[in-house]
Amino acid sequence: MTETQFDFQANIRKALANRQLRSNLSFAMGSMTAKRKAIFSDAAAFEALRAQGNAIRRRALLQLPELLERLEKKCIENGMSVHWAETTDEANRIVLGILRDHHARRLVKGKSMVSEEMHLNRFLADHGVESLETDLGEFIIQLDGETPSHIIVPAIHKNKQEIARTFHEKIPNTPYTEAVEELNAIARKTLRRKFYEGEVGLSGVNMAVAETGTLCLVENEGNGRMCTTVPPVHIAVMGLEKVVEKLSDVPPLLRLLTGSATGQLITTYVNMISGPRKPDEKDGPREIHLILLDNGRSRILSDEQLRQTLQCIRCGTCLNHCPVYTRIGGHAYGFIYPGPIGEILTPQMEGLDKAGGIPTASTLCNACEEVCPVKIPIPDLIRRLRNESYDPNGSVPGHGFKRTFAEAAVWKAWALVNRHRGLNALVTKMAPVLSPILPRLGPLEAWTRGRIRPRFSQKSLHERVREKGIKDA
Amino acid sequence: MPEKSRERILRRISSALGDRRNLPSVPAPLQTPPLSREEKIEQLKTRMTAMRSEVHVVPKGDRDALWTDRLKTIVVEKGLKQMLYAPGTPVGDAVAAAWAAGDAGLPVLEPYDAPVETFKEALFSMDAGITATMGGIADTGALILWPDENEPRLMSLVPEVHIAVLDADRIYESFSEAMEKCVWADGMPTNALLISGPSKTADIELVLAFGVHGPKELVVLILT
Amino acid sequence: MRQYPPKPEKVYFFGTCLIDMAYPEAGMAAIHLIQREGVEVVFPHEQSCCGQPAYNSGFPEEARRVAEKQLEIFSKPYPIVVPSGSCAGMMRHHYPRLFAKDPGLSRVKAFSERIFELTEFLVHVLHIQLEDRGEPVTVTWHSSCHAAREMGVIEDSKSLIRQLGNVKLVTLENEHQCCGFGGTFAVKQPEISEAMVTDKIDDIRKTGAAEVLGGDCGCLMNITGAMSYRRIPITGRHIAEFIWERIHD
Repeated sequence: MTETQFDFQANIRKALANRQLRSNLSFAMGSMTAKRKAIFSDAAAFEALRAQGNAIRRRALLQLPELLERLEKKCIENGMSVHWAETTDEANRIVLGILRDHHARRLVKGKSMVSEEMHLNRFLADHGVESLETDLGEFIIQLDGETPSHIIVPAIHKNKQEIARTFHEKIPNTPYTEAVEELNAIARKTLRRKFYEGEVGLSGVNMAVAETGTLCLVENEGNGRMCTTVPPVHIAVMGLEKVVEKLSDVPPLLRLLTGSATGQLITTYVNMISGPRKPDEKDGPREIHLILLDNGRSRILSDEQLRQTLQCIRCGTCLNHCPVYTRIGGHAYGFIYPGPIGEILTPQMEGLDKAGGIPTASTLCNACEEVCPVKIPIPDLIRRLRNESYDPNGSVPGHGFKRTFAEAAVWKAWALVNRHRGLNALVTKMAPVLSPILPRLGPLEAWTRGRIRPRFSQKSLHERVREKGIKDA
Repeated sequence: MPEKSRERILRRISSALGDRRNLPSVPAPLQTPPLSREEKIEQLKTRMTAMRSEVHVVPKGDRDALWTDRLKTIVVEKGLKQMLYAPGTPVGDAVAAAWAAGDAGLPVLEPYDAPVETFKEALFSMDAGITATMGGIADTGALILWPDENEPRLMSLVPEVHIAVLDADRIYESFSEAMEKCVWADGMPTNALLISGPSKTADIELVLAFGVHGPKELVVLILT
Repeated sequence: MRQYPPKPEKVYFFGTCLIDMAYPEAGMAAIHLIQREGVEVVFPHEQSCCGQPAYNSGFPEEARRVAEKQLEIFSKPYPIVVPSGSCAGMMRHHYPRLFAKDPGLSRVKAFSERIFELTEFLVHVLHIQLEDRGEPVTVTWHSSCHAAREMGVIEDSKSLIRQLGNVKLVTLENEHQCCGFGGTFAVKQPEISEAMVTDKIDDIRKTGAAEVLGGDCGCLMNITGAMSYRRIPITGRHIAEFIWERIHD
């Protein structure tokens, strides 16, 4: 899955051909959407809550420079170190620098999508550092050398037989078992030792509070708490858009996040970190380093419409509700963020010339927009990116990459036909005559692979209406 | 170099936003009817039980039925061997006093009284830990913990069973209410936690399994 | 909730390009249903397409040019009835966005206010009462995405079916999941589209219905096209055509 060789259509064909994947996904997404529905069963309460969430996120983005400076100031006052990274490469080097300062060769990691965005594990491996994923789902896919296929449930594409085989083959002295309880116990036993020995722990950040310099981490397993409490050094990596203004912003966002992500009122743990161990405290890291990553976010911020992409709180519910994600899974999207949010985020981060095919994978059915807890108008942003793909004067990197004379001409002709009754009537008249004799090429070829071609009527509605004497004005 | 990136990033986001910024106001949350003390206890208990916590409601000041007696019954039934506690805290001292009175089959009390670096091996072999709580949250069903120098963070994470003692007078309707009433914004501890149940995961086929990295059991004693 | 006007004397009918070319019977049935309630139907002959194909494909300028034409033609203040949740959604919710920076935006907004999806109009403005004269039949209903999520008219459509005494309506398991049409999506991503329509068809078969009804001919073209290809003997029709056939003399 190297980005340079990204072939979306090939990925899609491969995913659709995988019956096991289709069945795993269909079961899992059905279950997750049902759980979310149950938790937000009161429509009025949900609407009120998401209006709050939307306003909180928009306010935060509109004050981003001030909030980041305030967050930095507060965090430093609280005894943390704050680092700024423009690129993923810079962020990786900051992590490596901290590890080297402590002569550390082992990193235990909590779940973090930003660290996936950085390809941190690969980078650290290249520099002789063992970086171990400790979230169960991440642990499973790391054993298999894969990347997450879902923002919240990284190994959702696998069933227990596949996981049983992985554990048996990759963890020494592990018998084959499909019992989920036993698989969990194996992971617990294997990872406990690693927490114990961990020299540096790394985590993501679900939100950071500028008012108090607090990093909020949400999780169910306890591995996140382990990584941020047991090792003497804690590194937190965060996309710079994740800052919020006030502590009072946390409860509504938290409710939206856990309800949307997993259909929970609250996760097992909400971990709010506001500083390293004080001199008289007995545990907790002695150092905390917060890394603020830009990686294209500041550019996304500059467009008023596209800025809405940054409202995202990474709950993953748009994936669960997307009829396309549900069919092809996360890996087909080729980059770290899959599904509807990936469709708008990836092309903006990577450039349309690299990832501009992804926005074609949406029917614009609006299911994502309907459930988004912070009301990101994902379908509108997909339309915008489709437009940018053809627009030589666009603003997103790689804009206009798709513009071909043929495609532009087709739509110009379409507009012409639909503005002139005479031409329109001619086309309508010709359709039933031409359709059966047209070669099975282009769009029709694809359409007719699984469907009969549409039958055009011998007499159009326009003609019938006229026959019936229905008035024109 | 980091300085340079910082300035560049800040300059970029400032110019990205421009000067004209109309901040939306955050709408007020929907009002829900206030809950009585009993309703809050009941809601917390129901929600936490649903998340597989074991919740006991015990009178606070009854001389004939001390909460520590109930605690003894629970730990003996579970066959716990060693229990981590926090000397010098009200809960820790009450436990120590009750243990001093003796009883058969009680777990050995282990104080968490040294930095983790010197205590790690013992810590990772504990099968229980008992802590106080700062309060509870009724609407989501969660405990609030503010670990400190007396009651360190890992007491509620590393042992197999976490026993938490909650004063029923400190149950709030919501997280927002707890934050407001206790004025969290005026000063956060190094670590504040909400805990709603035993550690769990659904990463394998969405099957819920408990005790993946943190405690396998969470026992809550609500003192009324 | 949308505020509905009293019953008007005249309405405009926007036939949609797909109905014009491939499903004129559905368009005629819709017109008959409105006329039956004593309302005069005006059909401007210059009308064409709502512009959605270009809009959704990344060609807003072309969409705008076609939309301008419709704005020009449907100039009188009559309600505009549209037998498609998707086209109605385009004209009601997306026209104001297309013309957001246009000095004529207020005129566009007034136009959008006049847009009604057919079944919504029959239920809330015409308060239509139906008497079923047809044979007993079991049908199922496919909710098109834009009728559901942009226009919010699914209950209106289903309430009309429920008025028909001899019709048993069986709900689809994933009623609100997209059928995979998505306009140009079906030709840009034919494989995913086919996977989606296959699941939709499986759902339809499970209901045991003899016919699947819908309020959008795009979805129906996709679903019936795929069913015919697989030689599945379930028919699919626009709700207007189905109702008209069962109630008229």
